[in-house]
Amino acid sequence: MTATSTNWFWYASPQTFYPLAGKIARVAGIAAVLLAVAGLYVGFVVAPTDAQQGEAYRIIFIHVPAAWMSMFIYVVMAIWAALGLALNTRLSGMMASALAPTGALFTFIALWTGSLWGKPTWGTYWVWDARLTSELILLFLYFGFMALQAAIDDPRRADRAGAVLAIVGVVNIPIIYFSVQWWNTLHQGASVSLKSAPTMAASMFSGMILMAFAFWMYSIAVTLVRVRCIIRERG
Amino acid sequence: MLEAASLDCERGGRALFGGLSFSLRPGELLRIAGDNGRGKTSLLRILCGLLPPSGGEVRWNGSPIRSLGEDYARELVYFGHAPAVKDDLTAAENLAIACRLAGNARSGSEVSAALRSLAVPEAAVAKTLSQGQRRRAALARLVVSQAIPLWLLDEPLAALDPQAARLVEGLIEGHIGQGGMVVYTTHQEARIEGRVVNLND
Amino acid sequence: MTEVLRCILHRDLLLALRNRGDVGTALLFFVIVTTLFPLGIGAEPALLRAIAPGAIWVAALLSSLLSLGRLFAADHADGTLEQILLGAAPLGAVVAAKTLAHWLVSGLPLVLIAPLIALQYDLPARLHGVLVLSLLLGTPVLSLIGAIGAALTLGLRGGGVLLSLLVLPLYVPVLIMGAGGVEMAAAGASAQGHLLLLAAMLVGAAAFAPWAIAAALRISAE
Repeated sequence: MTATSTNWFWYASPQTFYPLAGKIARVAGIAAVLLAVAGLYVGFVVAPTDAQQGEAYRIIFIHVPAAWMSMFIYVVMAIWAALGLALNTRLSGMMASALAPTGALFTFIALWTGSLWGKPTWGTYWVWDARLTSELILLFLYFGFMALQAAIDDPRRADRAGAVLAIVGVVNIPIIYFSVQWWNTLHQGASVSLKSAPTMAASMFSGMILMAFAFWMYSIAVTLVRVRCIIRERG
Repeated sequence: MLEAASLDCERGGRALFGGLSFSLRPGELLRIAGDNGRGKTSLLRILCGLLPPSGGEVRWNGSPIRSLGEDYARELVYFGHAPAVKDDLTAAENLAIACRLAGNARSGSEVSAALRSLAVPEAAVAKTLSQGQRRRAALARLVVSQAIPLWLLDEPLAALDPQAARLVEGLIEGHIGQGGMVVYTTHQEARIEGRVVNLND
Repeated sequence: MTEVLRCILHRDLLLALRNRGDVGTALLFFVIVTTLFPLGIGAEPALLRAIAPGAIWVAALLSSLLSLGRLFAADHADGTLEQILLGAAPLGAVVAAKTLAHWLVSGLPLVLIAPLIALQYDLPARLHGVLVLSLLLGTPVLSLIGAIGAALTLGLRGGGVLLSLLVLPLYVPVLIMGAGGVEMAAAGASAQGHLLLLAAMLVGAAAFAPWAIAAALRISAE
């Protein structure tokens, strides 16, 4: 066994991971705040007013990164879950369980901000556009994962059952997204779509990237704090 | 040969037993003893592959059972707590199906003879049988499984009247005599000679 | 191996035959739900014709969900599931056989009765074929995906509702392609794309779902 692989499995023990998680969480938390301030500054002060949508469009600086994170976290969750199933490490299952609530939160934020954007732009709080509908189904997938784990008392069975569900979910997400796209183009045409965002000025794009990284750091911080709680719970 | 290597078992956050090792050769009988809740059923389920141990492994003829899959399952007969009998099928249908599922298909006459030897009515739907009759209908599988080397029995004598209990003990002894292996748990006094693994220690 | 698979298929069909009541209620549920839509929305013929594919498909989804509870629960309760897990054939193949039996009993009847429901909705006769074909391709996928959920939620409290929460999001693509195909045909276009995608989903589900179902069963039976 090389030194690197020994180290991986050493950190796979919840007890050893606990202090490391705390340190990383603190750093990530600070980074999150800094990046968020920068991103919001770019989004709300630096980026120019849009010709068609006025100031209301600025919500995309939260909406789009949140949507990106909601997808990204599900994939990461599924990877941790698959690792836990394959290698039978307890920590992987805990990481997956810790990620789910944050993923659900970002999905909810994406839906909520999408809805807030819809009202001034198209007059309704909800549009059955492809992305929003897919986000809604993703929210159900997150809730399903959390509900399944909540319904199982034995932590080991909960981790492994959740892992199977997460893997099935991650395989289905592209299929769901594709079929919702297909459904949307057939039924509504491309008239109403959150994709009709204003043409990207460079500042807008950098604002979204900054917010995306801010959300990413936030996710890492919060997830690691949650994992520490789970480690304490399960002893 | 069945080997248990350093088995750990953890259920619901509690550690039931740890570092358990033993081996079983053809012609040997092993009784798992211990108070309620000590993990007798869990150990049996680990041995048949239904429950993965928290640590250690089980080996059959040198290979870990996890890698053998259904090849291992074909070499064993397992009896759990519930008599695995479908209410809506007759005893004969139940036994025939159980045998075919295990890769040990039997003719109708063999099935009938097995049920008769344990005094189980063949043609009645299992719903109408008593608890004891249902248990015997399930145990009739032992009569036709002499060729299968490993028997893992969880409380085989429970809910049996003395006559049926003696019959089943006879089946177990016969199997041992022919070079088979039996691992069983029981609360009752062991009347068959054999080794004991006590989970109380 | 085929011996074992045929045995499982025969056993499950025999059990369904001896419990015809169970099977009948699922079919009746399908019919009742399709009756609810006109009662809730209105019975103008043009409206009914428009919602028919979606309504029939949603009813099929719900009926499938309802019948999934029966797939593993009975075997789990009387201990025969463990014997199945210790069977002489690979578990993936065994669960595929069980799911097939389940579909023959719970899915196929829906496919066969669909034309009658279509009549109730005044769906033009030329669309009946597409409807039946879409259900024929789609209901096995529903059974396969649903079986994953049934295996995961085996023996859990909140069983049926939890199962619905897990499985309905995964049903969405099948619903979209199934109902969408009939709607395409209704609009005069070809339903071929939708039906081919449904067929692809069926092949994909048949290839991958048995692994997931087997893994979930082993986890639930621990």
